[in-house]
Amino acid sequence: MIKDITIGQYIAGNSPIHKMDARIKILCAFYFIVLLFVIRNPVQYAVITLFIAFMVKLSGVALKFILRGLKPMLFILLFTVIINIFMTPGEPIFELDIFSWTLSITKEGVVTGIYMLLRLIYLVIGTSILTLTTSPLMLTDGIEKILSPFRVIKVPAHEIAMMMTIAIRFIPTLAEEADKIMKAQTARGADFESGSIMRRAKAMIPLLVPLFVSAFRRADELAVAMDARCYHGGKNRTRMKQMKMSRYDIYAGIVFFVLSAILAIAMIAF
Amino acid sequence: MIKTENLSCAYGEDEDKYLVIKDLNLHIERGSFTAVLGHNGSGKSTLAKHFNGILLPSGGKVYVDGLDTSDENMIFKIRSLAGMVFQNPDNQMVAAMVEDEVAFAPENLGVDPAEIRRRVDRCLEIVNMTKFAKTAPSRLSGGQKQRVAIAAVLAMEPECIILDEPTAMLDPSGRQEVIRTIKMLNKTKGMTVVLITHYMEEAAEADRVIVFDKGEIVMDDTPKKVFSQTEKVKATGLDVPQVTELVHALRKEGIDLPEDIINVQECADAIFERLK
Repeated sequence: MIKDITIGQYIAGNSPIHKMDARIKILCAFYFIVLLFVIRNPVQYAVITLFIAFMVKLSGVALKFILRGLKPMLFILLFTVIINIFMTPGEPIFELDIFSWTLSITKEGVVTGIYMLLRLIYLVIGTSILTLTTSPLMLTDGIEKILSPFRVIKVPAHEIAMMMTIAIRFIPTLAEEADKIMKAQTARGADFESGSIMRRAKAMIPLLVPLFVSAFRRADELAVAMDARCYHGGKNRTRMKQMKMSRYDIYAGIVFFVLSAILAIAMIAF
Repeated sequence: MIKTENLSCAYGEDEDKYLVIKDLNLHIERGSFTAVLGHNGSGKSTLAKHFNGILLPSGGKVYVDGLDTSDENMIFKIRSLAGMVFQNPDNQMVAAMVEDEVAFAPENLGVDPAEIRRRVDRCLEIVNMTKFAKTAPSRLSGGQKQRVAIAAVLAMEPECIILDEPTAMLDPSGRQEVIRTIKMLNKTKGMTVVLITHYMEEAAEADRVIVFDKGEIVMDDTPKKVFSQTEKVKATGLDVPQVTELVHALRKEGIDLPEDIINVQECADAIFERLK
């Protein structure tokens, strides 16, 4: 069971979004996030809402997978909304006196709160679409390519991508090992399941220490094996799989251009 | 193919100096299949790591195809000539997909993408793993993983392949898969193979067996000649193949059997012959 962990929860598919070049997709996701933070009026929000609904539909990914990403965010979402509702100065619509302290809900607060909520939800959905439709390998390759111009300012683009690839590769291996150690400890009377959170956290120590030691040993052996196959960083390295842009990337460009234009018009007109 | 000249390797300094390999002269012929035997700590893995410049000699020289392993400019050439497969299949895989794993070495060597593709397809076919090209290594069995590791080394188009206990972590069927692949590489592709092992049955498959103990070569001959000297092999802390052991015991009891039996079939035939 623990073997089936996949990072990024990639869902294979055949949609136009799946077929896009990872580099373009990452850049689009970034651009989308920027757009989310420059829009400010209701019409623009309506446009973005329609857009994201269209993207979800287009990706062919079931809505439940996309909404799953929101679950761990629930607390942050709620917290942001509450802070915004109570802390934004403006015309009060509701006031509550607690001792000598006045808690007031303002009209502006409610509006900003809702906007903030929508922004964060769309942010999560937008990035989920990226990770759900791009395999981790394509994602790391895309990141390497996007970061490569920054090598001039000493950003280790290849090394970052390599580390991510190896991390992804070792997740199942280490998960399996954690499982094994856990069973070995359970067989000797360790208890991982009962007791308070503190107790359970403490019970994890005899699991984590051997796991760590073994991870270092593996890293050492892997380094030798990579050396033996002539690995010497990103210099003069070629790739078997070349990234190719397709017509879908051009469509994506057009879609985002149109979206930006509509948003710009909405900003001036309303 | 591989030649060592007075090779020695030491850990530690001055007084604590511990010699793992002592003044070793060895020549591994092109196209041969050599097994290096030795018990744990005999220095056999250390020796293997000298063959492709992962470790550099503290004394003497190692030449691969005439190239000195201590020559830094030649190191990638040397490593692609003498590929190495390691013991733990999980700890030598870099990529999350079999075909990317095989592509790793030629990518490092800067080979043209189309040529990499061709090499990957060919190497996966050689080890009979073509249908797993798109699989994650974690979903393969131990024997399959080691075959992928062999393909990953073959993708450099080496002339020699060094395997450092490639079967130590495998189950018997995985072990067979790997040994069969190695033998096939040697017989049909003419690949020079150096197999480091402590399984006698595997060593018996080779053309030449080198018994290594305390950093020195104790025996160096064909498997038949080596294993027929049962006492001498045992003195180094190793076992002989079970059949050899049996023949040895029978001979001691005065039953006349040939001395140089090293595999089950030969043994069965010889005993059958005697009983007739």
